[in-house]
Amino acid sequence: MDILVCVKRVPMVGGKVVVTADGQEVDTRMSGFTVSPHEECAVEEAVRITERSGGSVTVLTLGPPEAADQVREMLALGAHRGVLLETDGREWGPVATSAAIAWAVGELGPTPFPLILFGNEAADTGGYQVGIRVAHALGRPCVTGIKRLELTGEGLRAGREYRGAQEEFEVAMPAVVSVKEGINLPRYPSLPGRLRAKRAQITVLRPQWQADGLRKVGLRVPASSATRAQVLGQGADAVPELMRVLGEIGVLPSVARPRAGTGGDGAAA
Amino acid sequence: MSGPVLCLLERDGEGVAAGSLRALGLARSLADAAGGSQLTAVVFGPPGAEHVVGAEPVVADTVPADAAAAGVSDVCVVSGEGLSGYAPLAWARGLEQLIAAEQACAVVAAATDHGSEVIAHLGALTGLPVAANCIAVSPAGADSWQLVRQRWAGSVLEDAVLDAPCALLTVATDALPGDAVAPESGSPAASDGASRPPVRMFGPVLDDADLQVCATESAEQSAGVSLATARVVVGGGRGVGGPEGFAALEELAGLLGGVVGVSRVVTSQGWRPHRQQVGQTGTKISPELYLACGISGAIQHMAGCLTAKHIVAVNTDPDAPIISRAEYAVIGDLNEVIPALVAAIRAAGDS
Repeated sequence: MDILVCVKRVPMVGGKVVVTADGQEVDTRMSGFTVSPHEECAVEEAVRITERSGGSVTVLTLGPPEAADQVREMLALGAHRGVLLETDGREWGPVATSAAIAWAVGELGPTPFPLILFGNEAADTGGYQVGIRVAHALGRPCVTGIKRLELTGEGLRAGREYRGAQEEFEVAMPAVVSVKEGINLPRYPSLPGRLRAKRAQITVLRPQWQADGLRKVGLRVPASSATRAQVLGQGADAVPELMRVLGEIGVLPSVARPRAGTGGDGAAA
Repeated sequence: MSGPVLCLLERDGEGVAAGSLRALGLARSLADAAGGSQLTAVVFGPPGAEHVVGAEPVVADTVPADAAAAGVSDVCVVSGEGLSGYAPLAWARGLEQLIAAEQACAVVAAATDHGSEVIAHLGALTGLPVAANCIAVSPAGADSWQLVRQRWAGSVLEDAVLDAPCALLTVATDALPGDAVAPESGSPAASDGASRPPVRMFGPVLDDADLQVCATESAEQSAGVSLATARVVVGGGRGVGGPEGFAALEELAGLLGGVVGVSRVVTSQGWRPHRQQVGQTGTKISPELYLACGISGAIQHMAGCLTAKHIVAVNTDPDAPIISRAEYAVIGDLNEVIPALVAAIRAAGDS
């Protein structure tokens, strides 16, 4: 089966996120880029399916010319073909992005891609809708947030957890599925995989931008996210202080709660 | 903007789900700001659901009781064949027809898996834009809305303008306290106490394609403390050092009546299963205490504990990002600190 997986280039943020001086972007001068974690799992899932039952995996991204790097990362994981929907670098909203992907599916030739995979949501913008909008544009059924995927000949069985219960869906193909991290544990790229990815030809298409209806005014980091912890001590010596704090918070088992005013002798109730 | 604000309600065992109550709060303030629009709570159910009182599923019983407290003008039960379970496209089709019938000015849902999915389908069906994970929304002129929404699962906030005749919104379920929009406590409908809002029925026209995707729900998972609702979470990260290091954290979690949560590094290494991951791509937790051990505090991880009441970090590195996000910290090796803490709790219990 020929599977299309759509991924997004996003900043690789670590311990801190910084917004550029003009408030328009996340500052990436000190960070690299990666694909959203859910999408890496989508690529892994597609590669596993084709390893089991044949076919090919095409990885597609929409972004600036540099986004080809992320396509190559996914080729190194075992995807067969790469497609870049090249933009001028401005942010594309979910409406424009999904229209471009649906258009590209037609442009990519006779292969109908019975299965199109997405990540559940992009790590950065978190719009939760590109996969669903593509499904509508192509007239296909869609399930999202999937953590278990099983092909059943004509269709697929997909599962996820919701509020502590298991939800199962049976869907006819062609279909669109968005997955979540945890559906599998993605492999590390092999050396031959990296070499193949480096040499691979990437198909470049240039879709039309369109307005989205949701206009970004600016970005900011919430103020409440910068405090500094009160240090209770070093190593095991800090345990009495830690016990006092846990007692104040009220999470110690009742028999272990130090009694107020007993000088911390730990007298049991 | 004369039409009502529609708010999709999800139910859990105790009535309206917490995320939906937050969505109701935002919807109420939006309806007030839009010049006193009606606020209609929308629930889905099987045929006749609106008549079922005192039985399970208790659509017309539990929902209005909660809804009245949140200032709801009326409750609309969207019912029909095939709507006894969760069917995302059919729900969106029902909302699409309800928007058209009532000239609704906004549809609001909690940014849960179900809420996000239904609103995205609704956006695709109507061709309208969607603003996901909002924490504040207000009208900004004709067919225009000013809003604040989460990016990076809440680590970054976006100020945005939504241009749409009907605003399709999901509401973040875990906005930081300082960022959140508190429900308007003094709104007129909320003050008349016990009187329940009227319940009415809406029957959408659905075809087979709308009902092609519907969920079969299996039995509840085994009881026990769940990560999402645990009162105490003992977190372990790279500093735990390997799969065997989690025994001490499990022991501590057991003593505190809590559960173990882990960072993304831990699940990527295969040390622990993904269902224990706390973070943007794992579970969001909201405990009284999050004791984060050997966790550096990447924003991917911290996005999963934005609403933890107290964060205590145990880390060898005094400059780790977690130290600037925690309330208290112990600087040291968790492999010394945690066994010593376990011993202290046991000693206190034995004495």
